[in-house]
Formats: sequence, C-alpha cells, structure tokens
Amino acid sequence: MEVRVQNIRKEFSRFPALNDVSLDIRSGELIALLGPSGSGKTTLLRLIAGLESPTEGTVYFGNEDASRKTVQQRNIGFVFQHYALFRHMTVLDNVSFGLTIRPSGRRPAKAEIRKRALELLDLVQLSGLEKRYPAQLSGGQRQRVALARAMAVEPNVLLLDEPFGALDAQVRKELRRWLREIHDRTGHTTVFVTHDQDEALELADRVVVMSKGKIEQIGTPDEIYDTPNSPFVFGFIGQSNILPVRVENGQLWIKDHSIGVSAQGEADGPAQLYFRPHDIELLEGNGGCIAGVVTVTRRVAGTRHVELDIGGANSRVEIELPPEKVTSDHSRVAFRPTRWKLFRD
Amino acid sequence: MAHDATTSQTSSGNTELVRVATSEHRLARYTLIGLALCFVALFLVLPLAAVFREALRNGPGEFLTVLSDPETFAAIELTLLVAVIAVPLNLVFGIAAAWAIAKFEFKGKAFLTTLIDLPFSVSPVISGLVFVLLFGSHSLLGPWLQSHGIQILFAVPGIVLATVFVTFPFVARELIPLMQEQGTSDEEAALSLGASGWQTFWYVTLPNIKWGLLYGVLLCNARAMGEFGAVSVVSGHIRGLTNTMPLQVEILYNEYNFVAAFAVATLLALLALVTLVLKSLLEMKYSAQIAASRRH
Repeated sequence: MEVRVQNIRKEFSRFPALNDVSLDIRSGELIALLGPSGSGKTTLLRLIAGLESPTEGTVYFGNEDASRKTVQQRNIGFVFQHYALFRHMTVLDNVSFGLTIRPSGRRPAKAEIRKRALELLDLVQLSGLEKRYPAQLSGGQRQRVALARAMAVEPNVLLLDEPFGALDAQVRKELRRWLREIHDRTGHTTVFVTHDQDEALELADRVVVMSKGKIEQIGTPDEIYDTPNSPFVFGFIGQSNILPVRVENGQLWIKDHSIGVSAQGEADGPAQLYFRPHDIELLEGNGGCIAGVVTVTRRVAGTRHVELDIGGANSRVEIELPPEKVTSDHSRVAFRPTRWKLFRD
Repeated sequence: MAHDATTSQTSSGNTELVRVATSEHRLARYTLIGLALCFVALFLVLPLAAVFREALRNGPGEFLTVLSDPETFAAIELTLLVAVIAVPLNLVFGIAAAWAIAKFEFKGKAFLTTLIDLPFSVSPVISGLVFVLLFGSHSLLGPWLQSHGIQILFAVPGIVLATVFVTFPFVARELIPLMQEQGTSDEEAALSLGASGWQTFWYVTLPNIKWGLLYGVLLCNARAMGEFGAVSVVSGHIRGLTNTMPLQVEILYNEYNFVAAFAVATLLALLALVTLVLKSLLEMKYSAQIAASRRH
C-alpha cells in the first residue's frame, strides 16, 4: 500500500523533532530513512505507525487519512531495534499473537493460525525452533522472529526501527541480504530506519536522508551517492573533501592559481569545493591542477589512501590511489577532481 | 586453603604464601563470622524460640484451647478479613500506580512517586491519627457520618482503611523499577499487532511482571496481617469485634495471660516464617526472571 506523509510537524514539549516533512512512499517499495541520531528518522517512523501523533500534518494510507486512526486500526507491522518479543511466549505463540487476539469474527481458525505461523517461520528460516523461548535464541534469530510476527497480520506497511542495530557486524550483513530477499518475495511496502549508510545504500530502493528534523534529500542510492544536493548529504554519505575555492570567469581558483576545473554558469565569489577521494585524476606538471605534499599514506584493502597538504588552501585532503602507485612522504602530487560540487555558505 | 598459590621470596630466603588482597587473617574472619552468628542467635533465633516455648509451656492441649477462645478466634477472623480486603485493593492500586509512573510521562510524576512512599516515611500511629481526625466525631466528616449511621472509626471499615494506607507502597514500589526497566516496547509491539489495551495488559504486561507482583503482594500481606500502630489507633479495642491478632496479643499479655498471648504470637511468627520462605523462593525465581529480561 502506498503511504503519503504530508507536511508533518512534531514537537516534543516544544522541541521540534520534525519540521514540515513530506514523503511519498510507493507501494511495494523498500525505503530507508537515514540520518544521524536526533535527525527525527525514528520519530517519522513512529508517526507512520501511529505510535506517536503529529502536532500538525497528515498521514495517508492509500487514499485514506490514517492520522485519525489508532495504531491498532492502521494494521501495520513494526519491528523494534531490541526485538520486543514476548519473553513468556514460545516463538510460535509470538508469531501467532497478532492473529489469536483478533475478535472472533475476524480470527482465523486455530489450525489456520498455526499453519500460517509455521509458514512464516519457514520463510524466515526458523523452522523447527517454534517451541523455543526468545531467551533461547540468538540476536539474529530473535529479530527474524520479530519480523515473522510483524508479517503475520498481513500489514499495510512494514516498519523497521534500526532492525539490525543491536546485532554484530557479521550477522548484520547476512540479515541485510536476507531482508532484501524476503522483501522481493513478499512485496510488502517497507520502511526502515538506520544510521548506517552502507545498510541504507545497499538495501533500499530509495533513501531518505534526514538531518535536524528535515528531509535533506530523497533518491535512489546512486543519486544520493553521486549527486548529493547539500553539504550535509555530501559529508554524511561516504568520504568527502572540502576545499575553499574562488569562482572567477567560469574557472575555479585557489589563491592566484587556477585548478583547471571549469565552472561555467557559476557566479563569481568564494565557494566550497566538495569531491570524493576516488573521484580524481592524477596529473603531471604544474598548471591547472591541485598540488599538495604527501603527509600520510595508508594502505586500506584494495586502495592506497594518501593525505595531502594543500599549501595554497591551507587545508588537507585525502585521495584514493591504486595500490601500485607508491608515493613517498613529502613528495608532490598533482591531481584534479573529476566529479565535484560547489556549495556556498 | 583460601590462600592463593602466589608465593614470594622474602629477603631472609624462606618462602611464604602471600595472602589474597581481599581476604583477612583467619582469626579476623572467624571472629567476624562468630559475632554475626551470635547476633542473629541473640536477637532473632532466641526470641522466636522463646515465643514457641512460652506458647507450649502447658502442653499442646492448652495451646489449642486458648486459640479456640471466642475472642481470640474473632481476632484471627478479623485479621484474615482485613487482609482479604486490603491486599487485593492494594494489588489493583499498586499496578495502576506503577503502570502510570513507569509507562507514561506526565507533570507531577516525581510528586506522585514521593506520595506513594509517604506511608513508609510516616509513623503508623500518625497514619491512624489521620483517620481519627478525618472520621472522628469532632471531625469534618464526623457529624455527617453519624447522622447517616455510618460507623468508620472503631469498626471494621476504619481498620481496613488504616491497613490499606499503611500497606499501600509495597506492590507499587516493587513494580515501578521492574516496569521502568522493561520499558514500553513490548506493549507497543502488542498494540501494533492489533491488541486492545486490555489484551496488551493481560497477555503482555501482566506476564512480564508476575513474579515481582507476587513478591509485592506477599510483603503487603505480611504487613497487613501484622500491622499494629495504625490499627491500634482506629480500632477502639472492642473485644471480639475490632481486635486484630496483634492487638489481641497485646491485650492478653497485659492481662498476664502469657500462654494465650504467646499462642497467638506463634501464629504471627508462623506467618512471618512462611512469608520468609516464600519470599526466598520467589527471589530465586524472580532474580532468574530479571536476569533473563536483561539478557533479552
């Protein structure tokens, strides 16, 4: 089901947690809310769920105004960071819970509930563990039970709050891939919250980057990474370098030295040049480049990270080079960014 | 040996075992343990033994005879009645108060928490006097109550009220930290799955707190049956009518009816012992639960 959030504002005792946020979530989409802590991403998720109510604004499920509905009426599936499994119930009872508590008119027969719960446990690859209690499961297994429990009620939308936040790196990676598979198989509209950019970029169809109660950018992982539209997104996603430059006659300058990058159409004046460490080309010679002195070199897996002191700009940048390119300390390296963006204060 | 295997070479050349940093010399250890044991024997075991010895001084036959005395029997009945009313009331109040404090944010929460502790910090006699001031014949409500023929002081309602007041904090205080520790996400999960408020409470909250709740009820019951001060002020000591067991013990004792006084006292002592055993059993169970919830 498609979910639309319209001009939502949320205040907690007069402190604004969300400020005029609008978001369209398409049916069947897997969407990530990404941001640092305090950016309002969890609040937005809880507002969609109905666990919080907005100070202003509306949430639509399809064409229906869901804002006036209680969390029970919205029929959502919510997965918590710390699982929130019912510890006194077996795995099977946990998964069946949403169906067994339904009023008798809407409740499937006992055998039917059991069958459905077992099917879901099979889907999350926990067959055979239905008689266990949550305390007898590992973190990853618990989170899968939580997901099965949320899917049992056939929710309009599946909402996951930092679902892998409490798990260790290895399990995290595994579950990430697995969640994508489950999503592709079941087609639930899914929204998940994360502060882990790798998770968001790897898993989601679209990523919503949030900061300070606002949406900074919405886009596919490629769009977010390749064309960040604000200094925040540029700095928050991946590695980035910032150099103070000057625009003059459609060229970029550091002091009185053109760096050979043309910026046609940009107004003259000071600006900040943003580029990623790997979006560069090495150059020989003196003119039309950024030149720096190597201060530190580090080999990180398949690349060589080189820190340069850019004399004219009085700042440091880090560039990534192929490992076979060996640079000695204090040697001079000249380069030019191939993909970059200008932001002004 | 409690000494660690670590050895050191002294300058004179003979080896000597170095004591573990946290252990004391043997003499000091045995002295401390002995002192503690003496203290327990003197102040706990000896008096308890004395109670039973005095009660059974003239044989078990007399023990049973004095207990079946109508006035004593009435006191036992009244004590049970008061407990049967006060404990369930405080069970409900306690859960409600703990629920409100642990799961919701509201103004005056700190004040309410302090208020719940009030009965613990006020002398029980004062608690009793408060009810005398409220319902006595010279009080605000007194004339109205009298004209409507409602008797609260020197009657069962007064005793129940005083007991409820004094035992109010037990359940709530047991539950508040437990519920705070457990947080609200279990409840939110149940609600998101479509459970109503009642279903959430019944299937999720209550099972999560049941051991803590039982523990609180047990302590509440022990105090309700054993309360003396507050009840003494409001009861009026009418024999066979408004005397609870602790009051009956005092009356019998003041009349030099030692066998009867100690016989009733044995019942209270037995209640204490049973409570203690149940409490220990619960603590074993309950701490495992808490540990499980932490692992969770």
